[in-house]
Amino acid sequence: MTFSFRLRKKRVNRSFMGSFSLFILLAIFGAFMILPLIYAINNAFKPLDEIFMFPPTLFVRNPTMNNFIDLINLLGNSWVPFSRYIFNTVFITGMGIIGHVLLASAAAYPLAKHKFPGQKLMFTVVVLSLMFTPAVTAIPTYMIMSWLGLIDSYWAVIIPAFAYSLGLYLMKQFMEQIPDVLLEAAKIDGASEYRIFWTIVMPNVKPAWLTLIILLFQILWGSDGNGFIYSEQLKSLHFAANQIVQGGIARAGAAAAVALILMSVPITLFVFSQSRIIETMATSGMKD
Amino acid sequence: MQNWWSLKLREVKANKHSYILLGPYMLLFALFTVLPVVISIVLSFTYFNMLEFPRFIGWQNYTRLFLEDDVFLIAIKNTLLFAVITGPISYVACFVFAWIINELSPKLRAVMTLVFYAPSISGNVFFIWLMIFSGDRYGIANGLMLKLGFILEPLQWLKTEAYILPIIILVQLWLSLGTGFLAFIAGLQTVDSTLYEAGAVDGIKNRWQELWYITLPSMRPQLMFGAVIQLTSAFAVADVSIALAGFPSVNYAAETIVTHLIDFGTTRFEMGYASSIAAVLFMIMVGSNLIVQKLLRKVGE
Repeated sequence: MTFSFRLRKKRVNRSFMGSFSLFILLAIFGAFMILPLIYAINNAFKPLDEIFMFPPTLFVRNPTMNNFIDLINLLGNSWVPFSRYIFNTVFITGMGIIGHVLLASAAAYPLAKHKFPGQKLMFTVVVLSLMFTPAVTAIPTYMIMSWLGLIDSYWAVIIPAFAYSLGLYLMKQFMEQIPDVLLEAAKIDGASEYRIFWTIVMPNVKPAWLTLIILLFQILWGSDGNGFIYSEQLKSLHFAANQIVQGGIARAGAAAAVALILMSVPITLFVFSQSRIIETMATSGMKD
Repeated sequence: MQNWWSLKLREVKANKHSYILLGPYMLLFALFTVLPVVISIVLSFTYFNMLEFPRFIGWQNYTRLFLEDDVFLIAIKNTLLFAVITGPISYVACFVFAWIINELSPKLRAVMTLVFYAPSISGNVFFIWLMIFSGDRYGIANGLMLKLGFILEPLQWLKTEAYILPIIILVQLWLSLGTGFLAFIAGLQTVDSTLYEAGAVDGIKNRWQELWYITLPSMRPQLMFGAVIQLTSAFAVADVSIALAGFPSVNYAAETIVTHLIDFGTTRFEMGYASSIAAVLFMIMVGSNLIVQKLLRKVGE
């Protein structure tokens, strides 16, 4: 299944002044978006006397790895090693993503391609759930977690991520693009619905997998445990980062280093999957 | 009637596979999204402290919320202020920048998409703004203004009521070009190019007319999706407020409905009262989304 993107042709109706002023607008706001990140990246490599220099500089002059060494020492002295925080975040992110892609795809297939009683209602509820944030349900969710005995375990963060509704929504919209003839042909050959789902639908929606992966990655990678995790050895990298940042001036260097680690991974992931994600987003629209 | 039920039942049986595929997801969705909303609304009519069984008290939580709780009124005011400013601005910004970026060559387009999307994807690192607005003279904001001579003393940006709200709005806007922005980029790439050619023949004179008469109407589905995403996050400001202004913030200057909810839910353990705050937030979020959807359906009609 391919989407033919329109090749940029020179169109008429383009005034030079218009292009120029739009370009300036883009440049100014682009700078606003990217400068804080550039500042943070540079801070991670600044020696302490440069971080505390007046006037402050955007770019590093004498780059050093000291901040990273500080960070490792700082966390090496705490009884939970730094690698443990990384493992926790990677485990939560990985499990959450695998479960979500599988469950959301399985649910999206019948919603997109079958007709059955309750279908419309289910999809409407999913769309409605895009209209509020988890903050609304925080308290009952905590109660449900404690009934299920999931408090203070990875699963309290992982399992709700399986049922993240934006992922199901995007997957369903994308699956609607699969030509029906493809599915009909398989049915005539005697394939079961599960087989069709696994061998025909899933390979055809690879761009949407990547999109779900990056959306979930963004949420889970930045998660601090949502208040469900108390044990220090189960806490996430982001939680550790917050503690370092709260250490104030003495830890400014280590805080900059941890910020760089936190942001470099999702940004790299996005760089490599950008075109696939945009392909998926093309079907994201709400058609009444 | 008998007939209708048996017909439905037969239909359900025929679609057994669909339900089995949907089952695991829907079970978790019901457990962690639908059930919590129901519990929240029920609890909002009770007094509940997590120790005793919830006691039904009618509308008392709501009357207390609107008539006695001054801080909640600040929270509502701030939340609406954030939403009214960041919601529309971020929505328009998502579209305008996606639109300008779409005019660029494919390579440059990929780079600029990354530049605008990077803040929202970079894993909640908005604490870097603490370094920018730190209260000593080493923060970029203070350093720059001292150097240029606008101020003589470093400003306590995040401890001064007058500056807290604008700074949070600024950071919130910085973070807001997310999923909606990507949807617009994608939507713009799929607008049928023959429409533009036909438009040129029909006498469309410049890019603004093209935008209004062709691009916007063809993107209505994406515009509606983006509106939901932007509006919902505009009402949910909390993390940024807590990270930058502290919790509670100076004189509750940065209190929002969500931080108020966190205060009563996790600090004071007044679960019934906190649930009524959640219910109000739920109504505001869903209600405003439904209204905006109605309005957007009219675009280009």
